[in-house]
Amino acid sequence: MKTDTARPRRGIGRTLAMFFTDRDRLEPALVTLLAAVFAVLSGIILIFIVSKSPVLSVKNFLLAPFLRSYNFYYLLIAMVPITFAGLALCIVYQARYLTLIVDSCVYMGAVVATVVGIYLPLPAGIHPAVAMLLSGLAGGLIGLLPAILRIKWRANELVSSLMLNYVFYFLGSCVIIYFLRDRKQSILASLPFLPTFALPKLVPNTQIHAGFIVAAVFVVLVSLLIYRTKWGFEIRLVGANPRFAQYAGLSVSAVVLYAHFISGFIGGVGGAVEMAGLYKAFIWQMDPSYAWDGVIVAMLARRNPKFVPVSAFFLAYLRVGADFMSRRGDVAFEFITMLQGLIILILASDRIVNYFKARRLKAAALRDERAARDAAGQIATQGAAEAGR
Amino acid sequence: MIDFIAGVFGSSNYWYIVLRSTAPILLVTLGAVITEQAGITNMALEGSMLWAALVGVLASAATGNVWIGLAGGILASLVVAWTLGFFALKLNANAVLCGVALNLVGTGGTVFVLFSLTGDKGISSSLASKTLPFIKLPYLGEIPWLGKVVSGQNIVVYLAILAVIVVHVILNKLTIGRRIRATGANVEAARSAGIDPDRVKFLALTVSGVLAGLAGCFLSMGYTSNFTSGISAGRGYVANAAQVVAGGTAVGAIFASLIFGITDALATFLQNIGLPPELIQSLPYAVTIIGFIVVTISRDRREAARKRALFASAPAAAPREPVPPTRPGRGAA
Repeated sequence: MKTDTARPRRGIGRTLAMFFTDRDRLEPALVTLLAAVFAVLSGIILIFIVSKSPVLSVKNFLLAPFLRSYNFYYLLIAMVPITFAGLALCIVYQARYLTLIVDSCVYMGAVVATVVGIYLPLPAGIHPAVAMLLSGLAGGLIGLLPAILRIKWRANELVSSLMLNYVFYFLGSCVIIYFLRDRKQSILASLPFLPTFALPKLVPNTQIHAGFIVAAVFVVLVSLLIYRTKWGFEIRLVGANPRFAQYAGLSVSAVVLYAHFISGFIGGVGGAVEMAGLYKAFIWQMDPSYAWDGVIVAMLARRNPKFVPVSAFFLAYLRVGADFMSRRGDVAFEFITMLQGLIILILASDRIVNYFKARRLKAAALRDERAARDAAGQIATQGAAEAGR
Repeated sequence: MIDFIAGVFGSSNYWYIVLRSTAPILLVTLGAVITEQAGITNMALEGSMLWAALVGVLASAATGNVWIGLAGGILASLVVAWTLGFFALKLNANAVLCGVALNLVGTGGTVFVLFSLTGDKGISSSLASKTLPFIKLPYLGEIPWLGKVVSGQNIVVYLAILAVIVVHVILNKLTIGRRIRATGANVEAARSAGIDPDRVKFLALTVSGVLAGLAGCFLSMGYTSNFTSGISAGRGYVANAAQVVAGGTAVGAIFASLIFGITDALATFLQNIGLPPELIQSLPYAVTIIGFIVVTISRDRREAARKRALFASAPAAAPREPVPPTRPGRGAA
């Protein structure tokens, strides 16, 4: 008993028990879940409004990923880039920064990986690893830019990252078109990658590639980084209270800078994994915009990297369902983007997420007040009684 | 090359395009200026423009009247601005995140609605939508070079110039402008002076909604004659950067949006001499961010110099900062 309080036992049961008894943690998680359910329900309502065969469309939307093994594999593959983007956003979120530069990191990471994949003859296995490293470095350096602008000149990092996203997108596609393009193809595609560049498939005859494992490793690494290392602690400290962190002797700028570098690095690796895992050449016709996915995944995971795979699974599930439905029906795939916006809108609202907590606090305050009033009343009646005596 | 550039800058056609591409940016930048002055960041301008552009086209095609289209577009944009206000002010949400979310709803929702109604995801050309009128100015139009630049523009271009004056007057001459700036400068002080900050912010959002709606309608019913997916092309975000360049004033917004307009128009000309179009397309955004950085640097320098001056003179005879005379009866409110 005594040792229990002095040094709490670790373990999954203990963690779960703590989670379910701690209302401050349980309730926001519940609200997050409700927001996700609400988004799905509003999606269904939308389908019923626009579709001519709503039941079939809804069935496709909700069950498609589980109807065929092909769709389920597709879902697992779709999780990979979303997971990388979510992890990247989790790190900057922990420091309470909001940048969308991850978009550029993924895109330029993919471009760098394309260069490596085409021109660098390396043995299989090492080849994609080198590409990931170089893409990660490129992504990290790009990820630094908005942070530098913010720290040095107090330029709003969200605005500058959005501007930079346009610049890097056009820059990247310029590199592809003018230096790497395969002129023999009618559509825009780079020269084919060397065969050594491809990541091995995990399950034969499917698209599931080793990038899935890389993503899982990164989930573990980022969780450890944030909750078990000095660096992660410093990031969380800066996020919780930058002024306190400064008085505690931390260099806030340094912490913000490396948080952004790591975040960009992860984005860059994500881009390289996409290239090496899925494609035989660079064939992105437009910016895939993973930053928005990252925002929603990080919010659903409540900034905790451990929950990123869960929310990435949810988002990929919505995506795959919507994709399947739009191919076989009359509902546009883009309605999923609307639902994403809806989820962010709900989760960003303090009053909604902390509704129960606020109610509890208010009830407690009222109780205290009533108790105080009662006590005061008692004293008053006592006083009156004494005066009357 | 130099001949080419001189030729471009000398041609009235170029400056005509500059005015045309500056107008929408100017309108949204004004919207960003007024909300930022009220202390709330309107990141949803992009979404506002998208909805306005779509609803404008739909309403004008349905009714056959371009003015009803314009009104519908502005109303749609207002709904977005009010939604942002509701979530940010009533539900205590992070305004920036809400804006981003509303933009997502806008990019997805406009395509979704367009596809559900027309079966086309990219362009609304199957709808017989109207365009806002182009106006020939009576006397100015006859001046040789200048006339070609300023006359014959779309009505929204002239409205944009009018909007600069209106926003300038609102911010600097009217009581409500003082309330807006007071709220933006210090919410608590404003509240203790009897101002309801939420109402002021809602009002600022309303103005920015109207301006963004006008800009959005112009994009789909004047600048081009169709709605295309992603028609706003990041102009809402550019406005948030341009707002910083503008330094929070309506007149500054002219210069800030001209930077974008000049490079944007230059891009269409530069394409003719064989520069890669991708590089050219990135030019307006790159120039905006450079302007954004330059202005923040110079602002910080000024700030630092001011502080130094303050500290240098402080120990001498403890001279206080000159207190602006307050007129009785017309205080902060």
